[in-house]
Amino acid sequence: MSAAERVVDAREERVWQLLRAVPDPEIPVVSIVDLGIVRYVRVAADGRVHVGLTPTYSGCPATAVIRSSTQAALAAAGYGDAQLEEVLAPPWTSDWVTAQGRAKLAAFGIAPPAPAAEAQGAARAVGCPRCGSLATERISEFGSTPCKAHYRCSACGEPFDQFKCI
Amino acid sequence: MSAGVAGVARRERSLEQALCRYVLRLGDTSLVLGQRLGEWIGHAPALEEDLGLANLSLDLIGQARLLLSYAGELEGRGRDEDALAFLRDAPEFLNLTLAEQPNGDFADTIVRQWLIDAWQLEIYEGLAGSTDSRLAAIAAKALKETRYHYRFSSNWLIRLGDGTEESRRRAQRALDSLWRFTAELFAPDEVDERMATAGIAPPLAAAAGRFAARIAADLGAATLTAPGSHAYPWHGKRGVHTEHLGHLLGEMQHLQRTYPGARW
Repeated sequence: MSAAERVVDAREERVWQLLRAVPDPEIPVVSIVDLGIVRYVRVAADGRVHVGLTPTYSGCPATAVIRSSTQAALAAAGYGDAQLEEVLAPPWTSDWVTAQGRAKLAAFGIAPPAPAAEAQGAARAVGCPRCGSLATERISEFGSTPCKAHYRCSACGEPFDQFKCI
Repeated sequence: MSAGVAGVARRERSLEQALCRYVLRLGDTSLVLGQRLGEWIGHAPALEEDLGLANLSLDLIGQARLLLSYAGELEGRGRDEDALAFLRDAPEFLNLTLAEQPNGDFADTIVRQWLIDAWQLEIYEGLAGSTDSRLAAIAAKALKETRYHYRFSSNWLIRLGDGTEESRRRAQRALDSLWRFTAELFAPDEVDERMATAGIAPPLAAAAGRFAARIAADLGAATLTAPGSHAYPWHGKRGVHTEHLGHLLGEMQHLQRTYPGARW
């Protein structure tokens, strides 16, 4: 690896660090990096930063907010000319939610998503994020935001959200 | 030589225009159905279904935005997604006639949704392998959402059909009244044929067979009877609509028509 490439890597890493502090507007305990929304960070030869963002759901109202808060965070760090690029393919999957993201969701009271490949088949038991019981039932495949389904725990009686698997 | 080059350029331009119409049809179908579902917000039979229908609506409008943006670029006249959604009149809309049919009761909404979900499953699955990479990317994304839309609508169809006497009667009535609009779903015209020949869209004949098998299996589980064939000559995808679309657009476009250029 040449010295130039190492410099570029360090700059990209700095941008990744910045993006790890940009919260999801609807679930602010997780960042856009935790959710797998940031697909790449590239620093071009002319020094301009390019960030690839993918929408989670086609109609997610948070997409526009994520775009503007990402642009603002980059501008505040001196990357006012950063270019945000929409990435559609491959489509976002809940499998891209990082291990750290899953842990944060669970701590916040949202059951993290199961592997998407299982979502089409028999649903795996979803653990209650409050008491850990597997005696839970799905109330609705749809919840308070496009990315969540609605569950109830039979053990502790509490309703909770699950991050949908797609 | 130069005449040959001009001929090739003309054919490419006309293929692009056909693609534009094709993408408009997909986008308009999603937009109009999304708008219809939005009318249920605050009125659905239960809170969970209210959220479910709103969620489907949001996905469909999101898909419409991606498709209409692309159609606007293909058209090359500077119209963006908003101009296409809010500033066209009914004859310029190319959605399937089925999508614009009124919500009726919950059974009407579910049957309409189930038919279009099953249609979109076939179309998006085919488009995910399109030679047009932009359309392939939109379709691959939309397909994931359509799968759970179909799960929602087909589960409800079965619950209503194989439910109480009243729910079964209403589901069958909805099926009988909406069935006439299904002939349009897989009847190819010259745009569909050009798209299939270019490898952009799936051939409708093969998709029609899979659709029919899926519909028959669901109807069996729902203990409902497929009506005899009585196709109506509606061609929403050619801009010939039922009177319902104008009313829908009247509401959807009200703000932009009253305050042209208004922005958030």
